[in-house]
Amino acid sequence: MEPRTPNRRTFLSLALGVPVGAALAACGTSGPSPAGGGAASAGGGSANATYWYLSTQPQEGIRTASVERFNKANPTAGITPTTFQNDAYKTKIKTALGAGQAPTIIWGWGGGGLRTYVQSNQVDDLTPWLNENPAVKDRLFPSSFGAATIDGKIYALPCEAVQPVVLFYNKKCFEQIGAEPPTSWGDIMALVPKFNEAGIAPFSLGGQSRWTNMMWLEFLFDRVGGPEVFDAVFNAEKDAWSNPAAIDALTKVQDLVKADGFIKGFSSITADSNADQALLYTGKAAMMVHGVWTYGSMALDGGDFVSGGHLGYMNFPPVEGGKGDPSNTVGNPGQYLSIYSKATPEQKEIAKKFFATAVLSDEEVKMWTDTGSVPIVNGADKLLASSKDAEWLQFVYGIASNAKTFAQSWDQALSPTAAEVLLDNISQLFQLSITPEQYAANMNAVIGK
Amino acid sequence: MTAPATPATRGGHGSLAWLAIPALGIFIAFGVVPLVGVLVLSFTSWNGIGDITFSGLTSWTAVLSDPGLPHALWVTFLVMALSWLVQTPASILLGVFLAGKQRYRAVLSVVYFIPLLLSSAAIAIAYKALLDPNFGLGAGLGIDLLVQDWLGVPELAFGVVIFVVSWQFIPFHSLIYQAGVRQIPRSMYEAAEIDGAGRVRRFFSITLPQLKYTIITSSTLMVAGSLTFFDLIFVLTAGGPGDTTRVLALDMWKRGFQANLMGPASAIAVILVLVGLALALFLRRLGGRDASHSQQEGA
Repeated sequence: MEPRTPNRRTFLSLALGVPVGAALAACGTSGPSPAGGGAASAGGGSANATYWYLSTQPQEGIRTASVERFNKANPTAGITPTTFQNDAYKTKIKTALGAGQAPTIIWGWGGGGLRTYVQSNQVDDLTPWLNENPAVKDRLFPSSFGAATIDGKIYALPCEAVQPVVLFYNKKCFEQIGAEPPTSWGDIMALVPKFNEAGIAPFSLGGQSRWTNMMWLEFLFDRVGGPEVFDAVFNAEKDAWSNPAAIDALTKVQDLVKADGFIKGFSSITADSNADQALLYTGKAAMMVHGVWTYGSMALDGGDFVSGGHLGYMNFPPVEGGKGDPSNTVGNPGQYLSIYSKATPEQKEIAKKFFATAVLSDEEVKMWTDTGSVPIVNGADKLLASSKDAEWLQFVYGIASNAKTFAQSWDQALSPTAAEVLLDNISQLFQLSITPEQYAANMNAVIGK
Repeated sequence: MTAPATPATRGGHGSLAWLAIPALGIFIAFGVVPLVGVLVLSFTSWNGIGDITFSGLTSWTAVLSDPGLPHALWVTFLVMALSWLVQTPASILLGVFLAGKQRYRAVLSVVYFIPLLLSSAAIAIAYKALLDPNFGLGAGLGIDLLVQDWLGVPELAFGVVIFVVSWQFIPFHSLIYQAGVRQIPRSMYEAAEIDGAGRVRRFFSITLPQLKYTIITSSTLMVAGSLTFFDLIFVLTAGGPGDTTRVLALDMWKRGFQANLMGPASAIAVILVLVGLALALFLRRLGGRDASHSQQEGA
């Protein structure tokens, strides 16, 4: 799952950028676009550190603004930023690391991807530095450090915003059939035929993106068997996917597919195009399980859907008899900044100064809350009340801070190799072309890889 | 392709060999060197980031024992065969038509060539939007027949891929056939006309046999092209639904750049090269021993 708030424009540029991305992958050269215009040259000379990040708005503007503020305060040793499209970045950063050409500051998602960097000694251990500078560490959500910690050492500084996955619903659709939002899995299954009879799809889903389907499994695994079920997979226990709770959750999701719980054609809808959100705010679908980053684009594209109060949201409901705590959530506990191990000592010093003084500064925190995001700073809730989206932001803050377990997205937690097999099997599971038992067998084969 | 070598170029054969050096240099730098690199990588394990370690045949055994490989090969073959079957007859007919002297021919040929001007990614995005079951053409115009889950049902998705590929490349092959048809001497048609041959008879007895080498050229391009077909399918279906349209090139990309398995991805790349070479040689054989020689004199 990717933290992003794509809109139509970014979808187009993303899609058009595909051949470019493939070309980048092929030859390892590129024409990256320096962000921030004149700010890039503020430092001057080779003393500059480099920083690559994603170009999706509104997040890009916030990242660039932080770099510009830092460069203004440090005119002799600044940071040169470069921005990339999401998918192009994923390929580019791997190629750059392999070629020894990576930027000083590496933006990422933590988890399994970070682990591959660590295993190849590509990023610095930040634990000693954080121990010397406890103020940097202590002001951030403790839960955000999990995905940055590999074998007990912290290799990345959590940054930006917390992004749990929640259940969105269209209040107008519920009024139309005279039903209440679901409070349990049984309610969900009971609502499915009612919505279908009314000609409304129960759930919107951008199934071609695959990680969208994965969010369903993340919740069902947790609600049925608790966080231990996936932890066993993550800790590479043998046959962890064959856990009866896992099979139960996989069966439940196929039951929902068979009952036409998802919109017709879900397997050809991509999340990148925001078509799944459009289905919700146009009332063609009643509910949607998605990351909180979709709030901003629904507010932007959905007319009065958000501003008129038609968007409802809640945590994923419990499953009857399930073991998982209903406060648990899944998603991205934060975004992550690492320091490239092959950068010069001067560049590393600049990066650390940036981490200490510019990352999630008061100005940056305000910019995050203004765009409907909850920054991972302790006490951020006090800032939320004054925002125009106060109710929403406090809901997200509540989910993130009350969650007994905040599980990282599976595809980010696992190694890229296992994640690809995972996404592949999930799409086949939703396609009903494999059974839960076959899914478990396929996935058991890549445990620990 | 079918033009006979003139005595002049034959005479200067030896002294003009250096003309090939720039092309040869580029071919070696961007064709042979990466190929050797890929071959070496296929015997290593590498995640694209860390150190490259030699691992013997591990990548090869992993790829060859993976049920995904025969599936991807089969999908690639189906795309190749079906798109050839759709494209060739349509391109020949269009090419013959465009080579004629009918009214509006120039205008029509411009219209036919439009798909050739668009990038694959743009075409894929446009078709994806048009075929969307909820917001697409069918839903917009209220035509129920068009409201299908075009890219979500395996059979339909496959058909859509073949259709869009053909739509994009028929203009290109028509262009080749148009040139081929124009090379056929008028005298043959005049002779046939005097002998009383009708339109259809002339097409089958003169045009088609005379186009033999053009067909081989165009088929080689189609077959080799569909082997490495990537961008359009990547944007249109991303290999889905499930793995219905996951062709070999897409499989290679997913393994290499999404799963970080450069060794197995390189092994697939080698397989792609071998299959492509075998097919090209086979098609060349179809054309007889000396395909570079014209059949005009003997016809």
